[in-house]
Amino acid sequence: MFKKLNNIGDCGIVCDFGDEVNRTINISVIKLFHHIKKEVSKGNLDGILNYTPSYNKLIINFDLGKTNSSKIMDFLKSVDFSKLNISQNSKKWTIPVCYDFEMDLANMSKILKINKDEIINIHLSTDFFVYMVGFIPGHPFMGDLDSKLFLNRLKTPRVKIPAGSVGIVEKFCNIYPYESPGGWNIIGRTPIKLFNKKDETNPCLLSAGDSVKFKSISKKEFEKLNNE
Amino acid sequence: MSNNFFEVLRPGINTTFQDKGRFHMQHFGVTPGGCMDIKSFLIANALVGNSSNEGALEFAYQGPLLKLIKGKTKISITGNVLFQIIKLNEETINGECNRTYDLDEGEQIDILATKQSVYGYMALEGGFDLKPFCKSVSILARAHIGPNDGEKIKIKDKIIIKRNTSNKKDFDTKVPIEGRNVIRVLKGPQFDYFSKESQKDFFSKDYKITNLTDRMGMRLEGTTIKNTVSTNIRSEGITKGAIQVPADGQPIVLLTDYPTIGGYPKIANVISADYHLLSQKIPGEKILFQDVELQEAEQLYKEHLNSISEVIKNIKEIN
Repeated sequence: MFKKLNNIGDCGIVCDFGDEVNRTINISVIKLFHHIKKEVSKGNLDGILNYTPSYNKLIINFDLGKTNSSKIMDFLKSVDFSKLNISQNSKKWTIPVCYDFEMDLANMSKILKINKDEIINIHLSTDFFVYMVGFIPGHPFMGDLDSKLFLNRLKTPRVKIPAGSVGIVEKFCNIYPYESPGGWNIIGRTPIKLFNKKDETNPCLLSAGDSVKFKSISKKEFEKLNNE
Repeated sequence: MSNNFFEVLRPGINTTFQDKGRFHMQHFGVTPGGCMDIKSFLIANALVGNSSNEGALEFAYQGPLLKLIKGKTKISITGNVLFQIIKLNEETINGECNRTYDLDEGEQIDILATKQSVYGYMALEGGFDLKPFCKSVSILARAHIGPNDGEKIKIKDKIIIKRNTSNKKDFDTKVPIEGRNVIRVLKGPQFDYFSKESQKDFFSKDYKITNLTDRMGMRLEGTTIKNTVSTNIRSEGITKGAIQVPADGQPIVLLTDYPTIGGYPKIANVISADYHLLSQKIPGEKILFQDVELQEAEQLYKEHLNSISEVIKNIKEIN
């Protein structure tokens, strides 16, 4: 099932499932993730510290004082993918967004030659799939946007982006749960909180496999929801 | 909860509680975090007889001024740190790193500055009384995670100590100075994205540490690295010490509070044995990257752990 297995640094392994980003590949990644998580919780993989799924890769980090690359590679090569399954518990969400807080629409409109309202309409009509969560706590990576909106990251990432900012890059959409640096094109902001630190076992609102639709709200509604 | 505590009279620039980090959470976007300089952290805990899992106070550049309002404790300061202990009669004692000191009620510890380095640590016998989040007391200020409401230490904060000390002995150890500016790395997964000339430059030209450096990352400045394939990659999981190169061609080393996922190509990854050394480099300093192979990196890590054990083994009572 892997296309490649490589080390990344001296305490990490990249399981690469292929270059494409699609739901089939992503589901394979999530299957392996669940398998490793289960093995770790059974105490079978001593020294493994983290297992991070992304669109098409799973990165495993380990304690070099307890295990090493070759031991983990041996384990990975022995995984029988035909026996792995994915517990599909996907939820559907509607997330409010206020487009008045955009930072890049004018520039995007110029590059894409599509007017601002049309960019917003395409965003609102998209049924998003959550591919992964990460970068910072609770931060979802969602797809797939119409190829008409294809844009690269900003050349130099911004040092600060406000919490709740909704951004797009290529066919993907994200939401920044906290103020943080970042390189995405910002089209609006949501008042919804994506990470709940009171829940230590499952602190994230969105999980890989969920679906999301956006709903446009005014600045006034934003303020109201934001103060709740 | 004990009612023995310090009051923070001056918080310092970036003072947080840290331990070895928070694991099994990266898939939620929660970075491991933890101490920046594991060596100084471990020595601080060992000096006061703590387990290596106990949280310590980490400070950067200017440290805190703390007054022991109630209680009696034994502390250790590690790193390369200028500090004083202020006695009740206003007498000041110039502190030495890598040894313990007893603090009595009413006395103050004034951590003035780290010298030619960024991070220092203060541990105390028995530890600080902290509420962990997901089994770790490391503060991740950016995401408001960890004890102290996930915030850096502020003025007037109360820092509660677990128990008083009754141990009258003091201890010290010798820590060899590691001054080299060569940082060893393994080639990164996108090493081939960069031009042959840039690959050569990366391992032969100096890179300067800039002011845009914190617990999350270190932006470097030097010869521009040219990408000949793509300046965006599929966002993928990050490993501590990954060196990514965005479109402007200036490398960024991802440090302890790294983003869990990133989308810039990675030219290299700092080896585990050299990470603590890099984290202590101050803005303006120049470093040189040196390429090593995986087996060598693994061997160097063993030696690194041995050198820490050696320092800890040499902890001796001061006569």
